[in-house]
Amino acid sequence: MPENDLALVAHLMRRAGFGATRVELEGLAAKGYEAVVDDLVNPERFPEVDEDILDRYFDGEGINVSVGRWIYRMINGQRPLQEKMALFWHHVFATAIQKSEHVPSMTRQIALFRQVGLADLRTILLELSKDPAMIFWLDNNENRKTEPNENYGRELLELFSMGVGNYSETDIKMAARAFTGWTFSQPIPIYPHGHYPAEFVYRADDHDDSEKTFLGYTGRFNGEDIIDIIVQQPATAHFIARHLYNFFVADEPQVPAWSQVPPQDPAAIETLTRAYRDSGGEIRAMLQVLFNSDFFKAARYRKLKSPAEFVVGTIRLVGTHRFPDPTLFELDTAMTVMGQQLMNPPTVEGWHTGKEWIDGGTLNERVNFAVDQVGDLDKPGVRAIVDHLSRVNGALGASSFVDGCLSLLGEQQVSAATRQTLLDVAESDGRLRFDGEAERAESARRVARLLQLIVASREYQFA
Amino acid sequence: MSGSGKAPVLVVVQLTGGNDFMNTLVPYSNPNYYDSRKTLVVREGEAIPIDKELGFHPMAEPIKGLFDDGKVAVVQGIGYPNSSRSHFRAMDIWHTCEPERIGTEGWLGKAIRDLDPEGENVLTGVHIGRALPRALAAPGVPVTSVGNLDNFGLLNGIGDPHQRGEALEIFQRIYSPAIGNGPVMDYLARTGTDVIRGAERLKDAPAKYTSKVEYPDNPIAKSLRDIARVHLADLGTRILYTAQGGYDTHANQAPTHPKLLGELSSAVNAFFTDLAEHDADEEVVMLVFTEFGRRIRDNGSGTDHGSGGGAFLIGKQVKGGLYAEYPSLEPGQWLNGEDLRPTIDFRGVYGTVLEQWLGLDATEIVGGTFEQIHPFTRS
Repeated sequence: MPENDLALVAHLMRRAGFGATRVELEGLAAKGYEAVVDDLVNPERFPEVDEDILDRYFDGEGINVSVGRWIYRMINGQRPLQEKMALFWHHVFATAIQKSEHVPSMTRQIALFRQVGLADLRTILLELSKDPAMIFWLDNNENRKTEPNENYGRELLELFSMGVGNYSETDIKMAARAFTGWTFSQPIPIYPHGHYPAEFVYRADDHDDSEKTFLGYTGRFNGEDIIDIIVQQPATAHFIARHLYNFFVADEPQVPAWSQVPPQDPAAIETLTRAYRDSGGEIRAMLQVLFNSDFFKAARYRKLKSPAEFVVGTIRLVGTHRFPDPTLFELDTAMTVMGQQLMNPPTVEGWHTGKEWIDGGTLNERVNFAVDQVGDLDKPGVRAIVDHLSRVNGALGASSFVDGCLSLLGEQQVSAATRQTLLDVAESDGRLRFDGEAERAESARRVARLLQLIVASREYQFA
Repeated sequence: MSGSGKAPVLVVVQLTGGNDFMNTLVPYSNPNYYDSRKTLVVREGEAIPIDKELGFHPMAEPIKGLFDDGKVAVVQGIGYPNSSRSHFRAMDIWHTCEPERIGTEGWLGKAIRDLDPEGENVLTGVHIGRALPRALAAPGVPVTSVGNLDNFGLLNGIGDPHQRGEALEIFQRIYSPAIGNGPVMDYLARTGTDVIRGAERLKDAPAKYTSKVEYPDNPIAKSLRDIARVHLADLGTRILYTAQGGYDTHANQAPTHPKLLGELSSAVNAFFTDLAEHDADEEVVMLVFTEFGRRIRDNGSGTDHGSGGGAFLIGKQVKGGLYAEYPSLEPGQWLNGEDLRPTIDFRGVYGTVLEQWLGLDATEIVGGTFEQIHPFTRS
């Protein structure tokens, strides 16, 4: 298998999943790129994560248990794109536990994204509108026939489907009225058995059934009718296409700028918009087109990793957390200090992504985290890299040493200048030898040090 | 300008989500207030009066104390024309002073550039929190963003000091900008280099600090304590920034909003007590702002996004009192039939702080000339 194919599959797996080890990449590349894409967009071909193991070894009430279980899935699941879509929709439909403090609902919302994340947009928006965590987050349970609360109506249009500039304030009020009566049952009280989930309830007696005019259509609209109108809007196709591009292909400006700053690659957005139209708004179909497109393949390292991608990608390389245990909490904390606390985005607009992930504080956290991980020779992934390099006959020269490490870190590419610095470091202590016990130990330390420099690099910040 | 001979310092506190100004400085004697606030109402007798019309929310009592000492200027009705009701957009406008187009440069980023044109001190601007607000962002302007002041430093995990030193040297090499790397790579290069410089200078700040003042145990108090520690370390920091979240009270405002106001007020009070104890309050002015006010009428449980909010300038050199006008509560005067009509443009208040406190030219920073107020004892 040519090296560039490995690098291309590595790119795909960083975007459609959470990265892959060298060994995994070899297996995938042998299948062929398009077949890998086909597998990714059809996750049901692969087994689900075994919930029993999680229930047995990593159970509890707190939100950090729920986040930890999600991180476990990101690391170990055999359906990488399904998990990535849960993260994608969490970015778009940003809901925070901070307001409800109701863990079962939050957990269920992420499970919902996992379940319908690749479906058609109509299904997704409909399920979202019935999701108790979302209903509470944007106060639709307070959206009464007599006293409409326009929070959900506004964000449904502004952030979840069409984007600013494509509807009026009146459309927002109409959408809000259409969603009156969409609420949830009061969950069973927490004591003595802990939290119970809430269920969606439609209260006809609290629904404003009067005539409404929404985006030029008039009728006695209910929420479902509003969604039907929304998903047919060209603005919606364009907005979702741009979201997918921003998340999977290359960093775009922050969402509020989209009404004023055109896409960096209008042809790509048009291609994705067409896929939306042709498939009736199916995300699976859009992603199949996206991953097989030339614009995707050419977009290597044109996105900064989110903290979730950064942490999970690093953990997958060092090979820990293959079994659920309390150290998953540490990964939640690591992401939090890098600026992304899962299940608790700062506002309904979600996280500022791309370059805005990075400031002095968060870069500091990223570098320190990754350096500590790959510097630990007890970690199975680090040991495997050392073992792999030690299988040479004789000794490794600087370039084989450096290129070997880069390749074994999931086909990491670096600039010529960075590579030169790494070569200088590798050269300064002579050839890498694995002959006697003492030499093996010293070489292992040198490998770990080089790995540390690679993950500290700017290039490693990119997906 | 600061009268103590020390360079003036600005502390900015962002209330994220849209603070309900009407229930912060309450028009408790106005019948229109009671007509529009059926559920979320602070009644006469509950509000702490400052005059016959207005009173602070009872939970804001510690700020009322500072007000009575003449240290709090309330800027009433602050806003701008065609206020955006999107949090994201509204915050962006406050951060960049660009209501018409998408701005990328923050007003404080530009101010830091003017204060330190060569970018000599990476600590001229310091942010306490996660994720740098756009207000502080400007190309080429170093700003140090500190999540945890007690553990800030690169490659701390490498225990051996000699090895760590070596690694830091190599780090600096691989973070040097190169031609053709692109803007994001260059940004990372600058950020990485600045972290090393900033951390080097900040590392002693926690150890240097002692205080008898006990801050309350809440997030904004912790942030303000970090700001005090940085300021007291005397590192040349001129602009400090932090945020308190949670003000988006569409629902359940009754318990949420008072709690936030209480945390904020007690934290601000502790902060100024701390500075005074260290004889370091002459040179500090605090600006507290939010991206918009809330709707005049409540919705039964909370309040929706509105316009016309309120801001506060606090400090020893502030001439306390009320500035600009409280927006009219006469229904005929409501903006779009439901909102407070702003009475002063926020860019004028920024201009006030930039010119009269920091001694900078505000025109370019805020994008024009706007009516200013005169809230400082000396200028």
